Amino acid sequence: MKYYDKLIFELSHSGRKGYELPANKIAGHALESIPESLRRSVPAELPEVSEPDVVRHYTNLSSKNFGVDTGFYPLGSCTMKYNPKINEEIAQLPAFASLHPLQDSDTVQGALEVYYNLQQALASIAGLSEFTLNPYAGAHGELTGLLVMRTYHEKRGDTKRRKVIVPDSAHGTNPASAMVAGLDVVEVKSKPNGSIDVEDLKPLLNDEIAGIMMTNPNTLGMFETEIMEIADLVHKAGGLLYYDGANLNPLLGRVRPGDMGFDIMHINLHKTFSTPHGGGGPGSGPVGVRKGLEEYLPNPHVRKDADGRFYVDFGKDSLGSVSTFLGNFGVMLKAYAYILTLGKENIRNVGPMATLNANYIKESLKDDYLLPIEGVCKHEFVFDGLKDKSTGVTTLNVAKRLLDYGFHAPTIYFPLLFHESMMIEPTETESLETLDEFIDVMHKVAREAAENPDLVKEAPVTTLVRKLDETTAAKHPVLTYKAMLAND
Amino acid sequence: MSNKFIPHTPDDIARMLERIGVKSIDDLYAEVPAEVIFKEDYNIPSAMSELEIRDFFSKLGDKNKQLTIFAGGGVYDHYSPSVISHLLARSEFYTAYTPYQPEISQGTLQYIFEYQSMIAELTGMECSNASMYDGATATAETAFMMVASARKKNRVLISSTLSDRVVAVVKTYTRFHGVDLDIIPEKDGVTDLDALRKLLEKGDVAGVILPTPNKYGIIEDFSGIADEVHAAKALLAINADPSALAVLRTPAEWGADIACGDGQTLGMPLSFGGPYLGYIACSKAQLRKMPGRVVGVTTDADGKRAYVLTLQAREQHIRREKATSNICSNQSLMALYATVYVALMGRKGLVEVNEMSADGAHYLFDKLTASGKYTPAFPGKPFLKEFVVHTELDIKALNKRLADNGIMGGIDLGDGNLMLAVTEKRSLEEIDRLIKLMTEA
Amino acid sequence: MSKVLDNLRYADSHEWVLVEGDIATVGITDYAQHALGNIVYVDMPEIGDEVVAGEEFGAVESVKAASDLISPVSGEVVEINEALEDAPELINEDAFANWIMKVKLSDAAEADALLDAAAYAKLCEE
Repeated sequence: MKYYDKLIFELSHSGRKGYELPANKIAGHALESIPESLRRSVPAELPEVSEPDVVRHYTNLSSKNFGVDTGFYPLGSCTMKYNPKINEEIAQLPAFASLHPLQDSDTVQGALEVYYNLQQALASIAGLSEFTLNPYAGAHGELTGLLVMRTYHEKRGDTKRRKVIVPDSAHGTNPASAMVAGLDVVEVKSKPNGSIDVEDLKPLLNDEIAGIMMTNPNTLGMFETEIMEIADLVHKAGGLLYYDGANLNPLLGRVRPGDMGFDIMHINLHKTFSTPHGGGGPGSGPVGVRKGLEEYLPNPHVRKDADGRFYVDFGKDSLGSVSTFLGNFGVMLKAYAYILTLGKENIRNVGPMATLNANYIKESLKDDYLLPIEGVCKHEFVFDGLKDKSTGVTTLNVAKRLLDYGFHAPTIYFPLLFHESMMIEPTETESLETLDEFIDVMHKVAREAAENPDLVKEAPVTTLVRKLDETTAAKHPVLTYKAMLAND
Repeated sequence: MSNKFIPHTPDDIARMLERIGVKSIDDLYAEVPAEVIFKEDYNIPSAMSELEIRDFFSKLGDKNKQLTIFAGGGVYDHYSPSVISHLLARSEFYTAYTPYQPEISQGTLQYIFEYQSMIAELTGMECSNASMYDGATATAETAFMMVASARKKNRVLISSTLSDRVVAVVKTYTRFHGVDLDIIPEKDGVTDLDALRKLLEKGDVAGVILPTPNKYGIIEDFSGIADEVHAAKALLAINADPSALAVLRTPAEWGADIACGDGQTLGMPLSFGGPYLGYIACSKAQLRKMPGRVVGVTTDADGKRAYVLTLQAREQHIRREKATSNICSNQSLMALYATVYVALMGRKGLVEVNEMSADGAHYLFDKLTASGKYTPAFPGKPFLKEFVVHTELDIKALNKRLADNGIMGGIDLGDGNLMLAVTEKRSLEEIDRLIKLMTEA
Repeated sequence: MSKVLDNLRYADSHEWVLVEGDIATVGITDYAQHALGNIVYVDMPEIGDEVVAGEEFGAVESVKAASDLISPVSGEVVEINEALEDAPELINEDAFANWIMKVKLSDAAEADALLDAAAYAKLCEE
């Protein structure tokens, strides 16, 4: 196929159009009743293109993308599982897609039932009491959860608690969410195996600590075996435990965060519950809480009355609102369809099969790649680059070489605990054959690194574009078509 | 074990366990304390086939009522061309992650670049990010952005004529983050500019957020305000409906430093409140304080034009608690939605959408007020597609009767005030039917 | 091997200081620019800002990293190097010639407590 790199603006020809509206029967020239000083003086320079032009243009762009449907996407911590097609069909049903968010609750009982039942299903899966589905993404869920934590302490008059403990290995969003929530971050160290150092934690706990943010398994994919002791210590100090649900997938069917002592958590529906990542969104980051914290969840709430009717409620003890309406409802439909499709029989296999896949890759590759932490991992694991460090081939080189072989790269240079981190998460939806292909290619790249390191350092060579000049892009940002024209 | 999404056969599992060197799946969880191993079933239904799923959701859908919509309140029932859902269904787009590997993500990166260009055109601003969650969170992040930019000042003013739901979210964000938020009062349905001037006098204001159109549908006059805000060494942000900006004076034309708002009006289905997108656009001077993903154009090793995420060093995954925001995604697929919509409607279509919406709204307004049963709530104030009327009728009963007739009437603002919106989707026949139902009682 | 100049004082956070009278000129060391790689942006303080020894006064960014700038001295910022706004890469070209800010010292003794060239060179080797 020929290389295509036109911008939609470059297809524009004055006089073309890609739409047809009904005739304007009123033709009231109402715009002219608006004073000229309140109107736009120069038309927006938007494209003028026909419908076929638009369709071909974006179809061509789609062919320059790699998705889960294209190939294996072992991006650690992102849980790139298969996105079921039926979910997309359900989300587009006009009976849901056409609903105005401010319709009277009598006319949206079906939609409210989806919201209510999904939050109940998540509560059962999490071992918690109640969920809000309002947060739009994982990071938004973290923020919301931390605000629940702050509201809990505030309502008890415990206003001194303005610090939150975050492991040094945490996802970057954890400390950033704490900052947005107005909490100071106190870092707790990891032991060499990546788990929280309980001895380092103890002295950090005092009456200024609002709580701790953790993920379990941690960002190295290892289960925090001392979790019960940590929970006990934090609770005794008056703090709450926040669970970052980014790593929930391996626990499906095996462990519930609530049973490990977590008080608040978020779930990424776009990771664990199969909704598509959409090239960066929309996601959904529901937040669940244990009994006693429900009233602090954000407004609006969806509730069910004694007669089984659903209604929208604004609670007075709530932390406030974090979204305009009830969150990314379209995403909730997809997650609910996924849960119902798997049902209680199959959903319990998700965690174990994701864990099996990860361990299979780990054990198959550890002869060529440096495994800093031995032992059974959960849904993901981290290599510290190639075992043979003499070739100068870096994790970045290996990642780019994988693109040449038709695989997406793993997450690289995270976590920060190792210099050459390469984080691999296969998910449960990949077959043994796919894993074997990936393993073969990883071995092949390791051989190439030993025999012809320059070949790997040059990669990628078969992709549509090659290494990009990111330095110039950051130094002199050109962010729009107009700026690009001015720049030429 | 095997199911249509989980391919493992018993034979696969046996081979894999052998490679790993453990005997059973349970051994993969051997390190987990026994007391937290969950042995029961989750409280969810049994597995459903695709036919059962379709049937299940179809029945649930029957419990909803699809109405002819005459309500806005920040989201509007605009026309969505068929092309959009077809292009969004390209799974190369929707099954991709954030474009961290630019060599195999040029599709996503290029449409975001086009999106940024379109938002910049509509708002008149120089820069745009790749989108935020929604208009409310984008406005809250705008407040943070202004405080970060002002450095030593911590007060933000927001007009009471901004949507209550947006203000509620801004309140939540600012309260916990420790930003002082003052509400500028309103007078006759518009921002009380004298009150704004007074609030600016203290000299401690980092930024001011004003709306266009406002929460009553009114197009406010901000002549000279930017100069006064800038003289007080504060920034001006305008929360605007991006569709309306095809015809209304833009944030840039008002002299704003930042524009923000909700992108739902760019053809997105109402979808019971989401997903939509929030946008933030700004002047070049504010670029580095703008949160979220940003795509820039560059070249590859062979000199080909290509796109890449840029200015990443200011984001959460690198700056952690020193980042200006915790956002680590955007509403990427909804940005594609907006991009395809604007590409199709283009320069003329967006103007036409506004002409038809305004013609419908003004026609409805004229007929309602001529009936004697409704009076203008804010006489003489200019509006585009949404307006408020006052009535002595029982609004609850009226809206109930409309719903029984398949219509979502106006939003009840209390005290006998009713807010109605008309888009290009409403035919003359539908509007006349609404008028009849609203005036015959 | 990165360059260390004899006439300067150094902080262990890799800033250099040149004290002339009550004015201290501050930049980042050659070692620091090497470690960062291509610098794409320097977040500088504003004239009139008060900086405090040991506290952050700005940041330098490369494409995928950011590093806080820690002030080695206390005082008032009297000048910033505006050339860096458009050409941050000057620091990569010569980190010692391209200073970041000039500070009017509130406590001249602070600079004496900083590392000398030999001690800093040793630090970089470790």
